[in-house]
Amino acid sequence: MLVLGIETSCDETGIALYDTRRRLLGHALYSQVDMHRDYGGVVPELASRDHIRRVLPLVAQVLEQTNISLEAIDAIAYTQGPGLAGALLTGASIGNALAFARNIPVLNIHHLEGHLLSPLLSDPAPDFPFVALLVSGGHTQLMHVKGIGQYKLLGETVDDAAGEAFDKTAKLLGLDYPGGKLLADLATQGQPGRFRLPRPMLNSNDLNFSFSGLKTAAALLINKHKQKASTQTRADIALAFEDAVTDVLVKKSITALKITRLQQLVVAGGVGANSRLRQKLQHHLAGTGIVVFFPELEFCTDNGAMIALAGALRLQQLNEKPPGSDGSFTIKARWNLEDL
Amino acid sequence: MNIIALDTSTEYCSLALWLNGNIISREKLAGQRHSELLLPMLQTMLTEAGVALSQIEGIAFGAGPGSFTGLRIACGIAQGLAFARDIPVVGVSTLEALAQQVDASRVLAARDARMGELYFAAYEKMETGWFPVHAPLLCRPETAPEVIGEGWTGCGSGFALHQSVLSKTYSENLQQIIPDCYPHAREIAQLAAIKFANGEGRAAEEALPVYIRNKVALKESERQR
Ligand SMILES: Nc1ncnc2c1ncn2[C@@H]1O[C@H](COP(=O)(O)OP(=O)(O)O)[C@@H](O)[C@H]1O
Repeated sequence: MLVLGIETSCDETGIALYDTRRRLLGHALYSQVDMHRDYGGVVPELASRDHIRRVLPLVAQVLEQTNISLEAIDAIAYTQGPGLAGALLTGASIGNALAFARNIPVLNIHHLEGHLLSPLLSDPAPDFPFVALLVSGGHTQLMHVKGIGQYKLLGETVDDAAGEAFDKTAKLLGLDYPGGKLLADLATQGQPGRFRLPRPMLNSNDLNFSFSGLKTAAALLINKHKQKASTQTRADIALAFEDAVTDVLVKKSITALKITRLQQLVVAGGVGANSRLRQKLQHHLAGTGIVVFFPELEFCTDNGAMIALAGALRLQQLNEKPPGSDGSFTIKARWNLEDL
Repeated sequence: MNIIALDTSTEYCSLALWLNGNIISREKLAGQRHSELLLPMLQTMLTEAGVALSQIEGIAFGAGPGSFTGLRIACGIAQGLAFARDIPVVGVSTLEALAQQVDASRVLAARDARMGELYFAAYEKMETGWFPVHAPLLCRPETAPEVIGEGWTGCGSGFALHQSVLSKTYSENLQQIIPDCYPHAREIAQLAAIKFANGEGRAAEEALPVYIRNKVALKESERQR
């Protein structure tokens, strides 16, 4: 079965075609990050205005690149939430109208379910059940994933998301928006051990995270050196920050694996692209028999492939094909993954 | 020609079928529920009219100005329907739709743009259609642009909200004011039929909202310290 996926929850327009037998057939992505950079962050109204210009041209591009006609598509999967309301509504309107006009079913996908399942796009892919560490600009969660739609929250951040802490600290270091990746690049020049930042909640007896105190400590450190902050000093601070965040993420993930006695860890979301995090996890899990899975770099951040995949897996799980869409739709700007 | 017209630029959700010159139309007070109501309403209308979607040859939508989110719902649905059926789209100005509705020879159409501003346009009826003396623009009620001559009809929520200022500005021009009228798919269908006949239909992906208010955020470099 062939599923067209549409992602428009924030500042990326993603379109993809996924087939339950032949897997990912094609995908296209447009990132608005350059547009929002001048504003220092995502402007919701501008994001929506851009999505409505991009969705159909990207759909046309994916159909052409895969040489598949719209008539061959069996269902449409779109991101119903969570995310920016106006941005979600844009993808929802186009996706639902397409499904209505072709009389095919529509699948309402949870954005984070897409992220959780994104390592299934790779080879080798994990099997259910697994522990998922979801780290993005908006979320930091540990999940016990038993199967499609069976997600149990093990722990999450009590304040800032890890990606958000990366971005805010990067800004204080004078880096462009979104600075997570740039901070990581700067940290590669850093001298280990020159600074040490706190690792909040490292030894709390739960699987929750906190990053706002760490961000404040980094801000104090940056201010202290402001006058004479050489590139080297900035790199050293970046490294100390990255070290602290990744230490906490690694420790809590390992604890989650111990508690659940599971043998597979899946890392998803934008911060999953961070190489220090990847190296540390590989290093700590070497020899334990636990395997860690990362999505391909291009599927770490928002994309249409993970939405098409989630739709296809949901469709496959149903006993019979659902009826064609009646065209009525709503979005869910706030939506708890456990409510699925 | 058979056309579907839709408008979600206000708190109403309206739909019309133009079937070779015959019009069927419907509307509902939607609040924020346009996305839930619109396509099921369309299905009911098509079924009652005995028309299949495959017999529709063009899609028209209220392109704006109006609620930004509303404009995108109408535009997104129009894009999706047209792309799926491979038929053309036209976007129709909601201010021109107001002019068409009041059906006077000279019309000042004004809609509330929030933040103390108006979306404003002035039209004169010609044999070929509505001539925009002032194409849709954004202004404060005090700075609404001048028009020449008498016999103008003022209409739209802008006149309801700023009646005293606008009556003063246009005291030499206004003949009557019709404050409570809102854009409706019925007139969008009528105007679209002309536009399609004039070859103004576009591919689905070229159909876009016309916001008029284009500055919606300040760049970091434009913010006061
Ligand atoms: N190499 C990296 N190291 C650290 N953070 C990164 C890296 N690459 C991307 N990020 C961060 O990932 C986040 C974006 O991820 P994404 O999954 O798109 O999140 P969301 O949809 O919640 O914004 C941003 O906060 C960004 O700074």
